[in-house]
Amino acid sequence: MIYDKLIFRVMGDRALLVELGDKISPAINKKVRELFVSLDHQEIAGVIDLVPSYRSLLVIYNPLQISRSELENQIAKTQKGMDPARIPSPKTVEIPVVYGDDYGPDLEWVAAYHKIAPQEVIRLHTQHTYQVYMIGFTSGFPYLGEVPEALSTPRRETPRTHVPKGSVAIAQKQTGIYPVQSPGGWHIIGWTPVTLFDPQAEPPSLLEMGDQVRFHAITAEEMANWQP
Amino acid sequence: MAAIESIEILSPGLQTTVQDLGRFGFGRYGVAPSGALDSFALRIGNLLVDNPENQACLETTLLGLRIKALTDVLIAVTGADLQPHVDKRPLEMWCSHILNKGEILSFSGPSSGCRSYIALGGGIDIPPVLGSKSTSLPSGFGGFQGRALEAGTILFSDSPQAKPVASHRKFEPKWIPTYPGKWVVRVIWGPQDDDFTEEGRQTFLKSSYKVSSESDRTGIRLDGPLIQRKGDIPESIISEGLISGSIQVPGDGKPIIILGETVSGGYRKIATIISADLPLLGQIRPGDEINFKSISVNEAIQALRKMESRIKRFKERLS
Repeated sequence: MIYDKLIFRVMGDRALLVELGDKISPAINKKVRELFVSLDHQEIAGVIDLVPSYRSLLVIYNPLQISRSELENQIAKTQKGMDPARIPSPKTVEIPVVYGDDYGPDLEWVAAYHKIAPQEVIRLHTQHTYQVYMIGFTSGFPYLGEVPEALSTPRRETPRTHVPKGSVAIAQKQTGIYPVQSPGGWHIIGWTPVTLFDPQAEPPSLLEMGDQVRFHAITAEEMANWQP
Repeated sequence: MAAIESIEILSPGLQTTVQDLGRFGFGRYGVAPSGALDSFALRIGNLLVDNPENQACLETTLLGLRIKALTDVLIAVTGADLQPHVDKRPLEMWCSHILNKGEILSFSGPSSGCRSYIALGGGIDIPPVLGSKSTSLPSGFGGFQGRALEAGTILFSDSPQAKPVASHRKFEPKWIPTYPGKWVVRVIWGPQDDDFTEEGRQTFLKSSYKVSSESDRTGIRLDGPLIQRKGDIPESIISEGLISGSIQVPGDGKPIIILGETVSGGYRKIATIISADLPLLGQIRPGDEINFKSISVNEAIQALRKMESRIKRFKERLS
């Protein structure tokens, strides 16, 4: 449910968690994005960083520059005064993926878990448009939702210590892409040549919260010839 | 001004990275702050060598490192006492010195605290990435080529030639922090303290927690009495933003203090460490004991004011 009124939660002396709803839903996430974009434009003095997520927005601030009550007032005022129609639309991004084999070492396992063919996993994964609910975990890692019920897969029992950069993976009802090599407990079903995170680029992350993502399958040969 | 060779890393020790006060404003892209874990020691070190407070320094862990001066460099060592020496002579900490060309700064091991900061006059000439020179080890960027320093690395500096005025500057002795090994860390409840039983909250406040050897720059893992959450709620929550000093309690009931290498998490957070005590987190070692003390937001802000006013008074004395 979308809350009628923002819920403010104290996170220590320098952060305020603003909750807009109580579950994972595209509508609640859209509200988070609207408030995030509006506050970002507002540039309230003393605000250091904004971290939007599924159902909440974390506002990190300097408490010697702005008090919590003043910040709450400004956030509530911003939300009341904003016009959702004027918030720029999120972008849609196509991500090419080589599925299976060495590129997606868990594809067979995921298929066997659901008692379907690997081709069916690929078909289900590519037929849906996903929403970027948040970027977190590592730099540029998009949490994409939601995969069809028929693909919802529990995390690996033993996380890998090294998941290669570019791995496309599934855990529960989420899918994501590892932008840098990191540990990880999701099932790797494919690999993309697309660069998700480049600290020298502006912005550094290809995807932003709210963006829409579609995957399409390419062959290893097509991948070799792929140009950004 | 052209940058010149300032120091050479002869041995990096356990882990030495380039850090400044961190990277802010990119949380929306999953980019964590990184930065010096003991920001107080870094700021004072910089002021001692006449740098801006936010200049990059070397952060070295437990064993320290060995560096050789390639020119006369103004340096100051702050933070943990890892017993710094220049050649065979002990080096006074929280004080600026000229490290003459060819001299070697080394450390003989931890006496108190966990991380030392070596501030270099003129700073470290590396390009800032996303507004900061801090090293992000998990994402592999920033600092020196996105990684910990290795033997043979040469660092450059804009103006390592010591300004005589800044040599033998000392920090106020009564304000030099001590790192006792038994810590009382002040917290503010929340944001999810209501998800724990009253007994669980009391366990958290009344127990001593032992710092696990699994701890690193991403977090301090604690062993001790398990913190009980209410029976009817699941172990994880929908992932949300968090900050350095957030105390997560995963399903196993053992608290983890989050440090500045992540922007989000999916476990319940019983409490948050106050800003004024954050620098201490950088000095907590595996095997240390921690007790938590709950205070109000107003008390936390007063503590922060007190810390900032000391730094301000020290700066005024220098000018």
